[in-house]
Amino acid sequence: MSLFRRNVNGARRHPMAAVAVIALGLIVSGGGYAAASAAVHPASSATAADTQLVAEGKKLFLGNCASCHGKNAAGEVDANGKQVFPTLIGVGAAAVDFQVGTGRMPAQASGPQMMKKTVQFTDHQIAALAAYVQSLDPTGPTVPDAKWLDGKGDTSRGGELFRVNCAMCHNAAGAGGALTEGKFAPNLSGVKARHIYEAMITGPQNMPVFSDKNLSPSDKRDIISYLKYLEKNPSSGGYELANLGPVVEGLFAWIIALGLLVLITMWLAAKSN
Amino acid sequence: MATTVNTRKKGGVLAGTANYLDERVGVAGILKEFGRKIFPDHWSFMLGEVALYSFLILLLSGTFLTFFFQPAMTDVIYNGVYGPLKGAHMSIAYASTLDISFEVRGGLLFRQVHHWAALLFVAAAGLHMLRVFFTGAFRKPREINWVVGFALFVLGMAAGFTGYSLPDDLLSGNGLRIIDGMIKGVPVIGVWISSLLFGGQFPGHNIVARLYSLHIMIVPALILVFLAIHLFMVVIHKHTHYSGPGRRDDNVVGYPLMPVYVAKAGGFFFIVFGVIMLIAATFTINPVWNYGGYDPSPVSAGTQPDWYIGWLDGALRLAPTHLETMDAWGHTWSWNILLPLIVGVLFLVVVAAYPFVEAWITGDKREHHVLDRPRNTPTRTAVGAAGVTFYAVLWAGAATDLIATNFHMSLNQVLTSAQISLFVLPVLAFFVTKRLCLSLQRKDREIVLHGRESGRIVRLPHGEYVEIHEPVDAYTQYKLVDYKDYKPTLARPNAEGKITAAARVRASLSKFYFEDRIAPVTQGELDAAHHDHHEAVEAAPAAEVKAVTAKKAPAAKKPATKAAPAAKKPAAAKPAAKKAPKKD
Repeated sequence: MSLFRRNVNGARRHPMAAVAVIALGLIVSGGGYAAASAAVHPASSATAADTQLVAEGKKLFLGNCASCHGKNAAGEVDANGKQVFPTLIGVGAAAVDFQVGTGRMPAQASGPQMMKKTVQFTDHQIAALAAYVQSLDPTGPTVPDAKWLDGKGDTSRGGELFRVNCAMCHNAAGAGGALTEGKFAPNLSGVKARHIYEAMITGPQNMPVFSDKNLSPSDKRDIISYLKYLEKNPSSGGYELANLGPVVEGLFAWIIALGLLVLITMWLAAKSN
Repeated sequence: MATTVNTRKKGGVLAGTANYLDERVGVAGILKEFGRKIFPDHWSFMLGEVALYSFLILLLSGTFLTFFFQPAMTDVIYNGVYGPLKGAHMSIAYASTLDISFEVRGGLLFRQVHHWAALLFVAAAGLHMLRVFFTGAFRKPREINWVVGFALFVLGMAAGFTGYSLPDDLLSGNGLRIIDGMIKGVPVIGVWISSLLFGGQFPGHNIVARLYSLHIMIVPALILVFLAIHLFMVVIHKHTHYSGPGRRDDNVVGYPLMPVYVAKAGGFFFIVFGVIMLIAATFTINPVWNYGGYDPSPVSAGTQPDWYIGWLDGALRLAPTHLETMDAWGHTWSWNILLPLIVGVLFLVVVAAYPFVEAWITGDKREHHVLDRPRNTPTRTAVGAAGVTFYAVLWAGAATDLIATNFHMSLNQVLTSAQISLFVLPVLAFFVTKRLCLSLQRKDREIVLHGRESGRIVRLPHGEYVEIHEPVDAYTQYKLVDYKDYKPTLARPNAEGKITAAARVRASLSKFYFEDRIAPVTQGELDAAHHDHHEAVEAAPAAEVKAVTAKKAPAAKKPATKAAPAAKKPAAAKPAAKKAPKKD
């Protein structure tokens, strides 16, 4: 026997190739299993439930998402090689929880940016979808642990990190801001802590990913705490005028303040009947 | 001295004090002079007052703030009550602003009073300027006062901007950074001026203290001086008034300062104060604690200046992107900064110089104390509307990002639309306004000549329907016919018999201004119209009566023919009435 054997197509293959493939397969599935079981705490007892959840998620996926993302969730590439619909392999449960949990997915219409709308699925269905997408590539980011979401971090540090990393798009008070071509950074008031965290680790739409090396989970917790502080503590100066800054203040001064005073001047100068 | 004793007996302490003052500083003379000053009554004359009172409120609230504000940029660690900034590094200026907001009793209220009053001050001054412009109150002898008022408006902007930058928060720091960039964009001297202003590299450690000196001393002092000149000139010139019977260019019709206007104006001050207080107590302005201390690295979305600087920010945003820099004569020319600067300065120069330009075009050396109705000066009103539109587009340009996000539009398209609008909308505004003015003038003519539409429709015996027009009363009529009628002038040769280029320009501008015009109704036209109308008016009721009787009559045809001779008269009058507007 020669060292190399030709297969049906005539290509040569190393005898150890089969072994390598098997080893790789074992590592990926084993690692993935480990990751998946780490994400779901009572690992051994819940495995059956997990499989059921993934199966349920797959069913939901095929019914609601596959028309764009493809039957195997690999997205769609057009004739020019441009990715028209993104692949979901590797985006992780966190991305699904964010996109579906905020109502952005399933998308209603294509546009510069997928809009937030009424959530289309129950929490259980979202969890199923997330589990299915996670099962496609278990290395994807998972739904964050509740300990990062308690809003009890350092608000002062969070504020500073927010101004340095987030304010250029989301505005210093988190009121949102414009991006190019109709895209925008949304208002962060009223967004759930879990979704803020997931947005940071998955970088939805135009948002960059803030990996754990960039902002550690504890940094993310501080940022969330700061945003939650702003949300829970309205301005001590009175009604906030949407926190949009000097433009709204200027309009208010012209229309309400000056408008009111002009009406008063008219009243003062009116001839008595 | 015997009189002193008498008045004391009569008037008590008040009269005694008055007499004491009169004998020493001549209060009676001053009061006689100022107290009997006549001011005409119209709401639009009180807009300047709103600005004046806002300024007084600015002085009062600003003084309060100086007690607690520390204009230093020394780094400190904040340890006040505002949680999300505890332990943060910041300048003393920002820390003291936070202390004013959270720890000084009434501090936040006064900060908000000060800021709202500042916005209102410049807004009211701007509206007052528009009133003066559109009513022609800048004409001789008030051209210089227009320039003084213009200086006050610019000083208001300066006062506002220097104050905006004092808290040393992220928002105002971003604003200062833009100003720094603009200064540096000026060729040759820019970099030097910037380093002089900031004491080295931006942001340095001096700028807040320097702006503070400007904000609480130099600029308010200048405003006070110009304000004094402005008001003094109002006294010298006397106030203008709107047209009406008995109101001429050589008199003022109104009420005396004492006691009517002293009471009214005094009360109005408290109303303005009350409105500002109410707004400051209920609406947040400039929540500096949200922005954090200034740090040159972050730039927040939605960074905008206060509204009065907005048009300059808009000019910067609208500058075309491909014009960034150009190397010439050994310097880098940042046209994306220079162009907006040039546009801004030119706009201000045109505003300041307008009275002189118009005086030159009309060649009118008479004094004008009766105001124009905007419609009676169609071209000026249209030029004003174009200017307002130009300013408004620049102003909206400063909010392109907010327009884009809040109306779900593309930022790029909003920007492009604004760039196009900057050139198209003022032209459109010019023509639309001019046509509107001319139409309104035509309508006025018609009202004077043929009276108001009464809404009473009369059917004449031969079946024609006519509406009865009621003649307007003399008071209204006066207002409608009393305006100056300028005609375009031709270029005339000078003493040497040459027609200069300036004369040609003036002639073409005069044509531009007065070519399309509606002449005021003359006495002759009025008499002619009334002559026709008397018949029509008399005939109409007659016809009406006949028509009514005709209805009653069983055979409708017969009375109708009987009424015919009476009905003919208004019919004959009609063509004449129709002709009248065509004379224009």
